[in-house]
Amino acid sequence: MTAKMIANTVRVSIVALFLALGISAAQTEKSPPTSNNSVYAELAKAPKKAEARHNPLEADPEAVAAGAKLFGLHCAECHGEMAEGGKKAPSLRADEVQQATPGALFWLLTNGVVRRGMPVWSKLPEPQRWQLVSYIKSLTPAPKSQEL
Amino acid sequence: MHPYDTFLRPFWSRALPSVLLAVAALHSAAAAQESPYFVTYDHYLEEPGSLEIEYFSTFGTQRASGDFHSFWAEFEYGATAWWTTEVYLDGQTTFNDSTVFTGFRWENRFRLLQREHFINPVFYFEYEQISEADKIIKEVEGHDVESDHAIANALSRKGHNHELEFKLLLSKTFQGWNVAVNPLATKNLLPSIPWEFGYAVGASRPLTLKASAQRCSFCPENFIAGVEMYGGLGDTASYGLHDTSHYLAPVVAWNLPSDWTLRLSPGFGLNDNSHRFLLRWGVSREFSGFAAAISRLLGGRP
Repeated sequence: MTAKMIANTVRVSIVALFLALGISAAQTEKSPPTSNNSVYAELAKAPKKAEARHNPLEADPEAVAAGAKLFGLHCAECHGEMAEGGKKAPSLRADEVQQATPGALFWLLTNGVVRRGMPVWSKLPEPQRWQLVSYIKSLTPAPKSQEL
Repeated sequence: MHPYDTFLRPFWSRALPSVLLAVAALHSAAAAQESPYFVTYDHYLEEPGSLEIEYFSTFGTQRASGDFHSFWAEFEYGATAWWTTEVYLDGQTTFNDSTVFTGFRWENRFRLLQREHFINPVFYFEYEQISEADKIIKEVEGHDVESDHAIANALSRKGHNHELEFKLLLSKTFQGWNVAVNPLATKNLLPSIPWEFGYAVGASRPLTLKASAQRCSFCPENFIAGVEMYGGLGDTASYGLHDTSHYLAPVVAWNLPSDWTLRLSPGFGLNDNSHRFLLRWGVSREFSGFAAAISRLLGGRP
Protein backbone atom coordinates (compact mmCIF):
# COMPACT_ATOMS: atom_id res chain seq x y z
CA MET A 1 0.00 0.00 0.00
CA THR A 2 2.68 2.45 1.02
CA ALA A 3 4.93 1.51 -1.88
CA LYS A 4 2.03 1.96 -4.28
CA MET A 5 1.16 5.38 -2.87
CA ILE A 6 4.77 6.50 -3.06
CA ALA A 7 5.04 5.26 -6.60
CA ASN A 8 1.86 7.05 -7.64
CA THR A 9 2.84 10.29 -5.96
CA VAL A 10 6.31 10.27 -7.45
CA ARG A 11 4.76 9.69 -10.87
CA VAL A 12 2.41 12.62 -10.31
CA SER A 13 5.39 14.75 -9.23
CA ILE A 14 7.34 13.78 -12.34
CA VAL A 15 4.38 14.59 -14.56
CA ALA A 16 4.06 17.96 -12.83
CA LEU A 17 7.75 18.69 -13.30
CA PHE A 18 7.56 17.86 -16.97
CA LEU A 19 4.47 20.06 -17.20
CA ALA A 20 6.48 22.86 -15.65
CA LEU A 21 9.31 22.16 -18.08
CA GLY A 22 6.83 22.17 -20.94
CA ILE A 23 5.42 25.54 -19.95
CA SER A 24 8.87 26.97 -19.67
CA ALA A 25 10.02 25.44 -22.94
CA ALA A 26 6.92 26.75 -24.65
CA GLN A 27 7.78 30.21 -23.47
CA THR A 28 11.24 29.91 -24.99
CA GLU A 29 9.65 28.85 -28.29
CA LYS A 30 7.78 32.14 -28.59
CA SER A 31 8.93 34.62 -31.19
CA PRO A 32 11.90 36.72 -30.12
CA PRO A 33 10.77 39.52 -27.85
CA THR A 34 13.15 41.90 -29.60
CA SER A 35 10.52 42.38 -32.26
CA ASN A 36 7.75 43.00 -29.76
CA ASN A 37 7.42 46.65 -28.92
CA SER A 38 5.07 45.90 -26.06
CA VAL A 39 8.01 44.56 -24.07
CA TYR A 40 9.58 47.98 -24.21
CA ALA A 41 6.22 49.53 -23.41
CA GLU A 42 6.68 48.32 -19.83
CA LEU A 43 9.19 51.13 -19.40
CA ALA A 44 6.45 53.65 -20.01
CA LYS A 45 4.54 52.25 -17.04
CA ALA A 46 7.10 53.55 -14.57
CA PRO A 47 5.46 56.04 -12.19
CA LYS A 48 6.56 59.65 -12.72
CA LYS A 49 8.27 59.74 -9.35
CA ALA A 50 10.32 56.63 -10.16
CA GLU A 51 11.07 57.88 -13.66
CA ALA A 52 12.46 61.13 -12.28
CA ARG A 53 14.96 59.47 -9.95
CA HIS A 54 18.59 60.23 -10.70
CA ASN A 55 21.30 57.62 -10.69
CA PRO A 56 23.28 58.30 -7.49
CA LEU A 57 26.26 56.47 -9.01
CA GLU A 58 26.31 58.49 -12.23
CA ALA A 59 29.64 60.04 -11.31
CA ASP A 60 31.13 56.85 -9.91
CA PRO A 61 34.00 55.89 -12.24
CA GLU A 62 33.66 52.20 -11.33
CA ALA A 63 29.91 51.97 -11.77
CA VAL A 64 29.96 50.97 -15.44
CA ALA A 65 32.62 48.28 -14.93
CA ALA A 66 30.81 46.91 -11.87
CA GLY A 67 27.54 47.03 -13.80
CA ALA A 68 29.15 45.12 -16.66
CA LYS A 69 30.24 42.43 -14.23
CA LEU A 70 26.75 42.20 -12.74
CA PHE A 71 25.23 42.11 -16.22
CA GLY A 72 27.45 39.16 -17.13
CA LEU A 73 26.47 37.35 -13.94
CA HIS A 74 22.74 37.94 -13.92
CA CYS A 75 21.43 39.28 -17.22
CA ALA A 76 23.54 38.06 -20.15
CA GLU A 77 21.93 34.61 -20.18
CA CYS A 78 18.66 36.12 -21.42
CA HIS A 79 19.66 39.50 -22.90
CA GLY A 80 22.80 38.24 -24.67
CA GLU A 81 26.47 38.70 -23.85
CA MET A 82 26.52 42.08 -25.59
CA ALA A 83 22.99 43.02 -24.49
CA GLU A 84 21.93 42.57 -28.10
CA GLY A 85 18.87 40.55 -27.07
CA GLY A 86 18.14 36.85 -27.19
CA LYS A 87 15.33 34.34 -27.50
CA LYS A 88 14.04 35.14 -24.05
CA ALA A 89 14.65 38.87 -23.63
CA PRO A 90 14.93 41.99 -25.75
CA SER A 91 17.93 44.06 -26.78
CA LEU A 92 19.01 46.65 -24.26
CA ARG A 93 20.70 48.66 -27.01
CA ALA A 94 17.34 49.51 -28.56
CA ASP A 95 16.25 53.14 -28.70
CA GLU A 96 13.40 52.48 -26.28
CA VAL A 97 15.87 51.43 -23.60
CA GLN A 98 18.59 53.93 -24.36
CA GLN A 99 16.13 56.82 -24.34
CA ALA A 100 14.51 55.73 -21.08
CA THR A 101 15.47 57.64 -17.95
CA PRO A 102 17.79 55.96 -15.45
CA GLY A 103 14.91 56.02 -12.99
CA ALA A 104 12.63 54.12 -15.38
CA LEU A 105 15.30 51.46 -15.96
CA PHE A 106 15.85 51.15 -12.21
CA TRP A 107 12.12 50.78 -11.69
CA LEU A 108 11.87 48.05 -14.31
CA LEU A 109 14.83 46.17 -12.84
CA THR A 110 13.29 46.37 -9.39
CA ASN A 111 9.81 45.23 -10.41
CA GLY A 112 10.58 42.92 -13.32
CA VAL A 113 7.98 42.02 -15.90
CA VAL A 114 6.79 38.87 -14.19
CA ARG A 115 4.07 37.89 -16.64
CA ARG A 116 6.59 38.09 -19.51
CA GLY A 117 9.23 36.07 -17.70
CA MET A 118 11.52 38.77 -16.35
CA PRO A 119 12.02 38.21 -12.62
CA VAL A 120 12.08 40.99 -10.07
CA TRP A 121 15.66 41.96 -9.29
CA SER A 122 15.09 43.71 -6.00
CA LYS A 123 17.19 40.97 -4.43
CA LEU A 124 20.17 42.86 -5.77
CA PRO A 125 20.87 45.75 -3.40
CA GLU A 126 19.94 49.22 -4.69
CA PRO A 127 23.53 50.28 -5.44
CA GLN A 128 24.01 47.18 -7.60
CA ARG A 129 20.83 47.94 -9.54
CA TRP A 130 22.11 51.48 -10.14
CA GLN A 131 25.42 50.00 -11.30
CA LEU A 132 23.48 47.92 -13.79
CA VAL A 133 21.64 51.02 -14.96
CA SER A 134 24.99 52.78 -15.43
CA TYR A 135 26.19 49.90 -17.60
CA ILE A 136 23.00 49.73 -19.66
CA LYS A 137 23.11 53.48 -20.30
CA SER A 138 26.74 53.18 -21.40
CA LEU A 139 25.87 50.79 -24.23
CA THR A 140 26.04 52.12 -27.74
CA PRO A 141 22.66 52.05 -29.47
CA ALA A 142 22.13 49.23 -31.93
CA PRO A 143 21.89 49.91 -35.65
CA LYS A 144 18.24 49.92 -36.69
CA SER A 145 18.58 46.54 -38.44
CA GLN A 146 19.65 44.83 -35.19
CA GLU A 147 16.61 45.96 -33.31
CA LEU A 148 14.28 43.92 -35.47
CA MET B 1 10.58 -4.69 0.88
CA HIS B 2 10.97 -0.98 1.47
CA PRO B 3 9.25 1.40 -1.00
CA TYR B 4 12.63 2.79 -1.96
CA ASP B 5 13.64 -0.61 -3.26
CA THR B 6 10.41 -1.28 -5.09
CA PHE B 7 10.06 1.95 -6.93
CA LEU B 8 12.61 4.66 -6.38
CA ARG B 9 15.73 2.57 -7.04
CA PRO B 10 14.55 1.38 -10.48
CA PHE B 11 13.26 4.90 -11.18
CA TRP B 12 16.63 6.47 -10.47
CA SER B 13 18.49 3.83 -12.42
CA ARG B 14 16.39 4.71 -15.47
CA ALA B 15 15.80 8.42 -15.13
CA LEU B 16 18.93 9.70 -13.46
CA PRO B 17 21.19 9.19 -16.49
CA SER B 18 18.77 11.28 -18.60
CA VAL B 19 18.67 14.06 -16.02
CA LEU B 20 22.46 14.06 -15.71
CA LEU B 21 22.76 14.15 -19.50
CA ALA B 22 20.51 17.20 -19.65
CA VAL B 23 22.43 18.94 -16.89
CA ALA B 24 25.74 18.09 -18.57
CA ALA B 25 24.41 19.55 -21.81
CA LEU B 26 24.01 22.96 -20.23
CA HIS B 27 26.57 25.34 -21.52
CA SER B 28 26.08 28.02 -18.96
CA ALA B 29 25.27 28.56 -15.36
CA ALA B 30 23.87 31.70 -13.83
CA ALA B 31 25.70 33.34 -10.99
CA ALA B 32 23.87 32.62 -7.83
CA GLN B 33 22.48 35.36 -5.62
CA GLU B 34 20.95 33.05 -3.11
CA SER B 35 19.53 33.79 0.29
CA PRO B 36 21.36 32.33 3.29
CA TYR B 37 18.26 30.89 4.95
CA PHE B 38 17.79 27.19 5.59
CA VAL B 39 14.22 27.29 6.88
CA THR B 40 12.84 30.74 6.11
CA TYR B 41 11.83 31.72 2.58
CA ASP B 42 12.04 35.17 1.06
CA HIS B 43 9.82 36.14 -1.89
CA TYR B 44 12.36 35.56 -4.63
CA LEU B 45 11.68 32.65 -6.95
CA GLU B 46 13.93 30.68 -9.24
CA GLU B 47 14.61 32.39 -12.56
CA PRO B 48 12.39 30.96 -15.34
CA GLY B 49 13.93 27.95 -17.06
CA SER B 50 16.67 27.58 -14.44
CA LEU B 51 17.34 24.45 -12.43
CA GLU B 52 19.04 24.67 -9.08
CA ILE B 53 20.46 21.49 -7.59
CA GLU B 54 21.10 21.70 -3.87
CA TYR B 55 22.46 19.42 -1.19
CA PHE B 56 21.97 20.15 2.51
CA SER B 57 23.02 18.47 5.74
CA THR B 58 22.01 18.90 9.34
CA PHE B 59 23.97 17.50 12.25
CA GLY B 60 21.85 17.45 15.38
CA THR B 61 22.51 16.55 18.98
CA GLN B 62 20.00 14.21 20.55
CA ARG B 63 19.35 13.50 24.18
CA ALA B 64 18.22 9.95 25.08
CA SER B 65 19.45 8.57 21.76
CA GLY B 66 22.25 8.89 19.22
CA ASP B 67 23.07 12.18 17.53
CA PHE B 68 22.08 12.30 13.87
CA HIS B 69 23.12 13.55 10.47
CA SER B 70 20.18 14.22 8.18
CA PHE B 71 20.57 15.19 4.54
CA TRP B 72 18.43 16.12 1.61
CA ALA B 73 18.71 16.97 -2.05
CA GLU B 74 16.59 19.63 -3.70
CA PHE B 75 15.84 20.02 -7.39
CA GLU B 76 14.38 23.49 -7.77
CA TYR B 77 13.03 24.60 -11.11
CA GLY B 78 11.72 27.98 -12.22
CA ALA B 79 8.68 27.08 -14.31
CA THR B 80 7.74 30.73 -14.84
CA ALA B 81 8.68 34.02 -13.23
CA TRP B 82 5.75 33.50 -10.84
CA TRP B 83 5.96 29.74 -10.18
CA THR B 84 8.82 27.70 -8.77
CA THR B 85 8.48 23.97 -8.25
CA GLU B 86 10.83 21.77 -6.28
CA VAL B 87 11.33 18.12 -5.34
CA TYR B 88 13.15 17.00 -2.19
CA LEU B 89 14.61 13.61 -1.35
CA ASP B 90 15.41 13.14 2.34
CA GLY B 91 17.45 10.73 4.43
CA GLN B 92 19.23 10.48 7.74
CA THR B 93 21.89 8.60 9.64
CA THR B 94 21.43 8.15 13.36
CA PHE B 95 24.74 7.37 15.02
CA ASN B 96 24.91 3.88 16.54
CA ASP B 97 21.71 3.04 14.66
CA SER B 98 21.31 3.09 10.86
CA THR B 99 20.92 5.14 7.68
CA VAL B 100 17.46 5.38 6.16
CA PHE B 101 15.71 7.05 3.26
CA THR B 102 12.94 9.08 4.86
CA GLY B 103 10.78 10.32 2.02
CA PHE B 104 10.18 13.04 -0.47
CA ARG B 105 8.44 16.37 -0.76
CA TRP B 106 7.01 18.29 -3.68
CA GLU B 107 6.98 22.02 -3.08
CA ASN B 108 5.46 24.85 -5.10
CA ARG B 109 5.73 28.58 -4.63
CA PHE B 110 3.48 31.07 -6.40
CA ARG B 111 4.14 34.78 -6.55
CA LEU B 112 0.83 36.50 -5.92
CA LEU B 113 1.57 40.03 -7.11
CA GLN B 114 3.17 41.12 -10.36
CA ARG B 115 5.32 43.91 -8.97
CA GLU B 116 7.21 44.76 -5.83
CA HIS B 117 5.14 46.14 -2.97
CA PHE B 118 5.73 47.19 0.60
CA ILE B 119 5.29 43.52 1.56
CA ASN B 120 5.52 40.82 -1.06
CA PRO B 121 3.40 37.71 -0.56
CA VAL B 122 4.17 34.31 -2.04
CA PHE B 123 1.86 31.32 -1.59
CA TYR B 124 3.62 28.08 -0.69
CA PHE B 125 2.11 24.65 -1.10
CA GLU B 126 3.86 21.36 -0.38
CA TYR B 127 2.94 17.71 -0.39
CA GLU B 128 5.09 15.54 1.87
CA GLN B 129 5.31 11.79 2.04
CA ILE B 130 7.81 11.15 4.78
CA SER B 131 8.44 8.48 7.34
CA GLU B 132 8.49 9.23 11.05
CA ALA B 133 12.26 8.74 10.91
CA ASP B 134 12.53 12.06 9.04
CA LYS B 135 14.89 14.44 10.85
CA ILE B 136 15.74 17.16 8.35
CA ILE B 137 13.83 19.73 10.44
CA LYS B 138 13.11 21.80 7.36
CA GLU B 139 10.27 23.27 9.34
CA VAL B 140 9.04 22.97 12.91
CA GLU B 141 5.31 22.66 13.40
CA GLY B 142 2.68 21.84 15.98
CA HIS B 143 4.15 20.14 19.02
CA ASP B 144 7.32 18.86 17.34
CA VAL B 145 9.85 18.25 20.11
CA GLU B 146 13.29 16.70 20.43
CA SER B 147 12.04 13.44 21.94
CA ASP B 148 10.15 12.69 18.67
CA HIS B 149 13.55 11.96 17.17
CA ALA B 150 14.73 9.59 19.92
CA ILE B 151 12.90 6.58 18.49
CA ALA B 152 15.04 3.89 16.84
CA ASN B 153 15.05 3.99 13.04
CA ALA B 154 13.81 0.42 12.72
CA LEU B 155 10.64 1.47 14.47
CA SER B 156 10.16 5.04 13.29
CA ARG B 157 10.62 4.25 9.59
CA LYS B 158 7.51 2.05 9.70
CA GLY B 159 5.26 5.04 10.27
CA HIS B 160 4.47 7.19 7.25
CA ASN B 161 2.97 10.64 7.12
CA HIS B 162 1.18 12.15 4.18
CA GLU B 163 0.92 15.87 4.77
CA LEU B 164 -0.10 19.03 3.03
CA GLU B 165 1.75 22.12 4.09
CA PHE B 166 0.74 25.70 3.40
CA LYS B 167 2.79 28.79 4.01
CA LEU B 168 2.39 32.46 3.32
CA LEU B 169 5.81 33.86 2.58
CA LEU B 170 5.89 37.55 3.41
CA SER B 171 9.10 39.32 2.55
CA LYS B 172 10.53 42.77 2.09
CA THR B 173 13.97 43.99 1.05
CA PHE B 174 14.89 47.49 2.13
CA GLN B 175 18.32 49.13 2.05
CA GLY B 176 19.94 45.76 1.53
CA TRP B 177 18.13 44.09 4.41
CA ASN B 178 15.76 41.27 3.65
CA VAL B 179 13.14 40.57 6.30
CA ALA B 180 10.93 37.52 5.83
CA VAL B 181 8.08 36.13 7.92
CA ASN B 182 6.57 32.71 7.13
CA PRO B 183 3.49 31.55 9.05
CA LEU B 184 2.69 27.92 8.23
CA ALA B 185 -0.14 25.42 8.61
CA THR B 186 0.18 21.69 8.05
CA LYS B 187 -2.50 19.05 7.72
CA ASN B 188 -1.79 15.36 8.02
CA LEU B 189 -4.14 13.60 5.62
CA LEU B 190 -5.39 11.37 8.44
CA PRO B 191 -8.64 13.07 9.54
CA SER B 192 -7.96 12.41 13.21
CA ILE B 193 -4.80 14.52 13.26
CA PRO B 194 -5.44 18.25 13.72
CA TRP B 195 -4.00 21.15 11.77
CA GLU B 196 -0.57 22.11 13.07
CA PHE B 197 0.97 25.56 13.04
CA GLY B 198 4.42 27.04 13.05
CA TYR B 199 6.49 30.00 12.00
CA ALA B 200 9.85 31.03 10.61
CA VAL B 201 11.28 34.54 10.54
CA GLY B 202 14.56 35.73 9.13
CA ALA B 203 16.63 38.80 8.39
CA SER B 204 19.74 38.99 6.24
CA ARG B 205 21.97 41.46 4.42
CA PRO B 206 24.98 41.32 2.08
CA LEU B 207 28.17 42.44 3.79
CA THR B 208 28.36 45.34 1.34
CA LEU B 209 25.80 46.74 -1.06
CA LYS B 210 27.94 47.96 -3.96
CA ALA B 211 29.56 45.46 -6.29
CA SER B 212 33.24 45.69 -7.03
CA ALA B 213 34.34 46.06 -10.62
CA GLN B 214 36.40 42.87 -10.63
CA ARG B 215 35.21 39.28 -10.64
CA CYS B 216 36.26 37.97 -7.26
CA SER B 217 35.48 35.15 -4.87
CA PHE B 218 36.15 36.95 -1.62
CA CYS B 219 34.49 40.32 -2.33
CA PRO B 220 32.23 41.23 0.58
CA GLU B 221 29.21 41.52 -1.71
CA ASN B 222 29.42 37.73 -2.23
CA PHE B 223 28.66 37.08 1.42
CA ILE B 224 25.18 37.39 2.88
CA ALA B 225 24.77 37.01 6.62
CA GLY B 226 21.73 37.01 8.84
CA VAL B 227 19.72 35.15 11.41
CA GLU B 228 16.60 33.06 11.40
CA MET B 229 14.25 31.80 14.08
CA TYR B 230 11.66 29.08 13.72
CA GLY B 231 9.39 26.98 15.87
CA GLY B 232 6.02 25.39 16.46
CA LEU B 233 2.79 27.05 17.55
CA GLY B 234 0.73 24.04 18.55
CA ASP B 235 -2.31 22.72 16.73
CA THR B 236 -6.04 23.27 16.51
CA ALA B 237 -6.57 21.05 19.55
CA SER B 238 -3.95 22.83 21.63
CA TYR B 239 -2.77 26.12 20.23
CA GLY B 240 0.12 27.94 21.88
CA LEU B 241 3.75 27.67 22.85
CA HIS B 242 3.55 24.88 25.43
CA ASP B 243 5.26 21.63 24.37
CA THR B 244 6.79 23.26 21.34
CA SER B 245 10.38 23.66 20.21
CA HIS B 246 12.11 26.77 18.89
CA TYR B 247 15.48 27.55 17.34
CA LEU B 248 17.64 30.57 16.71
CA ALA B 249 20.26 30.24 14.00
CA PRO B 250 22.78 32.65 12.51
CA VAL B 251 23.10 32.01 8.77
CA VAL B 252 25.68 32.87 6.15
CA ALA B 253 25.83 32.27 2.40
CA TRP B 254 28.81 32.61 0.13
CA ASN B 255 27.77 33.20 -3.47
CA LEU B 256 30.76 32.30 -5.62
CA PRO B 257 31.16 33.80 -9.08
CA SER B 258 31.78 30.26 -10.31
CA ASP B 259 28.05 29.69 -9.84
CA TRP B 260 28.21 27.77 -6.60
CA THR B 261 26.66 28.81 -3.31
CA LEU B 262 27.82 27.55 0.08
CA ARG B 263 25.74 27.97 3.21
CA LEU B 264 26.44 27.44 6.89
CA SER B 265 24.26 27.81 9.96
CA PRO B 266 24.80 26.82 13.58
CA GLY B 267 21.41 26.63 15.31
CA PHE B 268 20.60 26.66 18.97
CA GLY B 269 17.56 25.25 20.71
CA LEU B 270 15.73 27.87 22.74
CA ASN B 271 13.96 25.63 25.23
CA ASP B 272 14.16 22.16 26.77
CA ASN B 273 11.97 20.68 24.05
CA SER B 274 14.46 21.66 21.37
CA HIS B 275 17.59 19.92 20.16
CA ARG B 276 20.42 21.71 21.90
CA PHE B 277 22.45 22.24 18.74
CA LEU B 278 21.89 21.92 15.00
CA LEU B 279 24.72 22.52 12.55
CA ARG B 280 23.53 22.94 8.99
CA TRP B 281 25.52 23.31 5.82
CA GLY B 282 24.70 23.18 2.14
CA VAL B 283 26.02 23.54 -1.36
CA SER B 284 24.05 24.43 -4.46
CA ARG B 285 24.55 25.26 -8.10
CA GLU B 286 22.16 26.98 -10.42
CA PHE B 287 21.93 25.98 -14.08
CA SER B 288 20.23 28.55 -16.23
CA GLY B 289 18.84 27.54 -19.59
CA PHE B 290 17.81 24.09 -18.33
CA ALA B 291 14.47 24.29 -20.13
CA ALA B 292 16.19 25.33 -23.35
CA ALA B 293 18.64 22.41 -23.02
CA ILE B 294 15.75 19.96 -22.57
CA SER B 295 14.03 21.54 -25.54
CA ARG B 296 17.16 21.04 -27.66
CA LEU B 297 17.49 17.42 -26.50
CA LEU B 298 13.94 16.84 -27.60
CA GLY B 299 14.58 18.35 -31.00
CA GLY B 300 13.42 21.90 -30.37
CA ARG B 301 14.86 24.89 -32.18
CA PRO B 302 18.46 25.70 -31.23
